[in-house]
Amino acid sequence: MREQLEELLTKARRELSAISEVKDLESWRVRYLGRKSELTNILRGLAGLSLEERKTVGARANEVKSLLAEGLNQKTEELKKGSTQKSVRVDDALLAMGDITLPGRPYPVGRLHPVTQTLNEMSEIFTSMGFQVFDGPEVEWDYYNFEALNIPEEHPTRDDQSTFWVDQLTSPKGWKGLLRTQTTAVSARAVEAMEPPIRIIEFGKCYRYEATDATHGIMFYHLDGLAVDRGITMADLKGTLYEFARRYFGEDRKVRFRCDFFPFVEPGVEMAIECALCHGEGCSLCDEGWLEILGAGMTHPDVLRRGGIDPDVYTSFAFGIGVERLPMLRYGVDDMRLFYANDLRFLRQL
Amino acid sequence: MKISLNWLKQYVDTTLPPKEVARRLTMAGSEVKGQQVIGENWEGIVVGRITAVNAHPNADRLTLVTIDLGGSEETVVCGAPNVAVDTKVAYAPVGARLINPNTGEQETLKSAKIRGVVSSGMACSEKELGISEDHTGILVLSDEAEVGRPLADYLGDVIFNMDITPNRPDCLSMIGLAREIAALTGQTVHLPDASYEEVEPSVESQVSVEITAPDLCPRYCASLITGISIGESPRWMQERLISYGMRPINNIVDVTNFVMLEYGQPLHSFDYEKLSGRKIIVHRASEGEEMVSLDGIERTLAGNMLVIADAERAVALAGVMGGANSEVTEETTSILLESASFNPRSIHYTGRILNMPSEACMRFERGISPELTLPAIKRATQLIAELGGGQVARGIIDVYPGRVEPQPLAITTEEVKRVLGVEFNREQIEATLSSLGFECQAGSSASEVLATAPYWRSDISIPVDLVEEVARVIGYDEIPTTMLNTPIPQQSPAPVIELKRKLGESLTGYGFHEIVTNPLVNLEMLNRLYPESHSASPAPIKLANPISIMHEYLRPNLRVGLMAALVTNRRIGGPVRFYELGKVYLPQLDDLPEEVEMLCGVLSGLRDEPSWQNASSSLGEAAPFSFFDAKGIVEGLLTGLGVPSSYELSTDETLHPLKQAAIVTDGGQVGIVGELHPAVLEGFDIPGPVQFFEISLPALLPFIHGHRMFQPIPRFPAMLRDVALVVDVGTAYQQIVNIMRGFPLVEQVALFDVYSGDQVPPGKKSLACRITYQSPDHTLTDEEVNRVQKRILDKLSRDLGATLRS
Ligand SMILES: [Zn+2]
Repeated sequence: MREQLEELLTKARRELSAISEVKDLESWRVRYLGRKSELTNILRGLAGLSLEERKTVGARANEVKSLLAEGLNQKTEELKKGSTQKSVRVDDALLAMGDITLPGRPYPVGRLHPVTQTLNEMSEIFTSMGFQVFDGPEVEWDYYNFEALNIPEEHPTRDDQSTFWVDQLTSPKGWKGLLRTQTTAVSARAVEAMEPPIRIIEFGKCYRYEATDATHGIMFYHLDGLAVDRGITMADLKGTLYEFARRYFGEDRKVRFRCDFFPFVEPGVEMAIECALCHGEGCSLCDEGWLEILGAGMTHPDVLRRGGIDPDVYTSFAFGIGVERLPMLRYGVDDMRLFYANDLRFLRQL
Repeated sequence: MKISLNWLKQYVDTTLPPKEVARRLTMAGSEVKGQQVIGENWEGIVVGRITAVNAHPNADRLTLVTIDLGGSEETVVCGAPNVAVDTKVAYAPVGARLINPNTGEQETLKSAKIRGVVSSGMACSEKELGISEDHTGILVLSDEAEVGRPLADYLGDVIFNMDITPNRPDCLSMIGLAREIAALTGQTVHLPDASYEEVEPSVESQVSVEITAPDLCPRYCASLITGISIGESPRWMQERLISYGMRPINNIVDVTNFVMLEYGQPLHSFDYEKLSGRKIIVHRASEGEEMVSLDGIERTLAGNMLVIADAERAVALAGVMGGANSEVTEETTSILLESASFNPRSIHYTGRILNMPSEACMRFERGISPELTLPAIKRATQLIAELGGGQVARGIIDVYPGRVEPQPLAITTEEVKRVLGVEFNREQIEATLSSLGFECQAGSSASEVLATAPYWRSDISIPVDLVEEVARVIGYDEIPTTMLNTPIPQQSPAPVIELKRKLGESLTGYGFHEIVTNPLVNLEMLNRLYPESHSASPAPIKLANPISIMHEYLRPNLRVGLMAALVTNRRIGGPVRFYELGKVYLPQLDDLPEEVEMLCGVLSGLRDEPSWQNASSSLGEAAPFSFFDAKGIVEGLLTGLGVPSSYELSTDETLHPLKQAAIVTDGGQVGIVGELHPAVLEGFDIPGPVQFFEISLPALLPFIHGHRMFQPIPRFPAMLRDVALVVDVGTAYQQIVNIMRGFPLVEQVALFDVYSGDQVPPGKKSLACRITYQSPDHTLTDEEVNRVQKRILDKLSRDLGATLRS
């Protein structure tokens, strides 16, 4: 009975599309939708079926009935107004003959780059806490990238940040041009350019001279934050970063706040989240069950002083986050190089 | 850095499980990144003593070794060359888990008959036990090992893989880490006994030390040990060095390495007999001076490097490496031992320039206290005398021009609270600092503590350093979590960020994928953007030390990155829409480059995804994107931003000469749109055509107005008129529109057909436009519209020679 229905639909449609004059429509209507039509017979025959069959066949029969009715309406419209037009536009839905599983008309889907998505999300979290975006140059003076941040020349703290130097670029002050290795350089500019209270984030590309592998690239993104005011404490830093972790990684992710060293902060902090793979047991993805997320601390008094801010009056905290690591952890991306290879098969996914 | 927990426990008692020790160290700043348990699988393996070694009846190379296990005896067949009666060995019974030296896999030891003799278990090599790769003989244990005890009790260990931060050179030593553990667990540190006997004559009567560069060498200590013999160091010392990952050399080198690991002070030993004039002079090298270092390489020195010299020549590169000319060899009998303090920056410089990183360098460049030289030299002198069997000349030479008296730092409970946001009382602060070896006194007020840092804490210099000490020992977990409650500072607008966000929203809505490419690019690829093969102008910014020529220049435009992305995705069949929003870098004289935010996009491939609704796409008749797709995107973007735009002829070499246009707003050019030049595409091996657009954000920004004025919605009906105009093919549509829009009542002009061919005369084209006429204050009449339209047609005819298509 089911097949009978489908055959009927096909046949009715074929005949309908062949009709070219309004006067022929009525006989088609009588044949397919009239009281003595085949469809009506089928509907009447339903009574003899099991309850189960009655349900499915009955539903389809009603669908067919409305499809045919709709087809008739459209055809009538077309013939009435389109008698002068030569080509008759065919309606998709009519062409599909009721197969609603056929794909819809494609509309292109574009996406923001995963790093942009992450930066947007991070910005949103921090701006909701009163941080404002502050911009600084990618090609930077060594002073802001290093000296202003307590990273003097010939000090091992510079060794972790192998630097690209710009050819023959020296300022009148004798500073040398480099590609910034950290967006913290923007904080060094901010303490110089701004008066407290300061509450900013800065993000963008950074560069380091190092071998490219699954977790390192010569170009990558950092996001740094800085708050300077009277009465800002490490408890506030902890609160700010926990709030960030809570909103980015979710409520129930454990967070660890431990002592670490960065030249431009004292006390220094490293924040880690519990490894989702091993739940703190330790595995190949993590260090003893933890995944380092960011470095932070209370801004070193010398850094504030160099920027003309009195550290006896103001306190300040700062934090820095490697951006790619966040989507890598969230989506399980195991190779950072994928972000900048720009393969559509990757970009389409995230 | 690999740290043996067994070794650490020589200096501090702890009953805490290794995992907890690791956790406390990590939380307090010395990170344990991983742990390796040695002896985890040594069940059943015990210490045995060889009581007899007999020849194997059927094999010359094999022996039958009888091993006393303390209460029982077993005989095993052994192939190792180093079996000897009375040596202590590791015995594994049948059923023990061992590493198969051939496969590296762990296996269960089975009972075996070897050349007709049953071996009940075996004596193990280091490799079989998983301690090292050594399989040349069986592991020989030191005499202290107690027969019958499980091997794990004696050799089992936990190795911490540690990451020590650069501010803590003291933690690059066992004693330094022991001090940390002691402070974190409430224990005390036991220092090794470093006493020894001395004999006349004194060291001072046999050698002199002079420092001519006190800025680079604040302290130099030396001792003299005579009558020693060079040999292997004892097993226990070798085991310590191996646990750290160092290779044992001989008793003298091993002692200096051992004490460096124990105390953190690098030491150097000279063959005393080879020192000319019995003299040590510490001075700056002469520019271009040459010296052969211990590794046999001839080094050319610079004037700001520090050398240790005798009366005639340099004998060591201070703190970096010894010289071959004073090296300790098998024949050496007298050792002059050096324990000195050097300027960290100078050591860093020398090590970096000569590319000679070393354990010693790594410690010196982090800034070790000069106070450490004396305890370390005493310990090393003791061990050399003990292991080398020599005599120590009385006294230690100690030249100390750089002595700095330690100064107490003041810390108050208020300051601790101001920084940490939590209150600790004076007693807590004092107790914490004392546990770390600080000397504390009461300060000038009830809340103040005066703390003097112990000599090994060269990193402590300002009061806030003390705050960190208090926080990290008490624990960061004790610091509360609060939200910032100071007023939010005034926010200023960030128009570029806002614009980037809007552009991204629009473009992703149009189906574009955002890409991010590396701004460091290849010059040759940059030049490929110019089909006439000349160079980019102005010259892009070059790096002084590029990592490869592929990343040698900072991009002056975003085009190269998009080309690379098209190459990557050239196998994608359907439409490809990419854009990048990023900076380009333009050189400025004696200043940082100008960094300009740009938008750049490409459209490549077929306009439509193949789809059943769109029969032509499946029949291979699908059209590729054309210039007008790119232009439509640009128009859409700018309309979305409320910026009116017009398009003018342009001459960008990267673009097709006939299919490109400058994007112009009232103020001037803000960008360009066009089809990429076929020759450029060919250069990149990209199938064409590719449509392209580029917009400068700073150029566009001034035209984006924060507020737009509302125009009332027309209350009176519009009147539409279609007109088909025939004009010269050279006439621009824009000219026609400009004329039409110059007339009153013309609200809108839309082009709906373009035709050239048989129906119009040669050299002509037909443009069909729909003009919308509308008045804000009345309903238009036919006559009114006819009048205006006639005037429009007259002007078009006059100015452009346009006629109505018949
Ligand atoms: Zn894990």
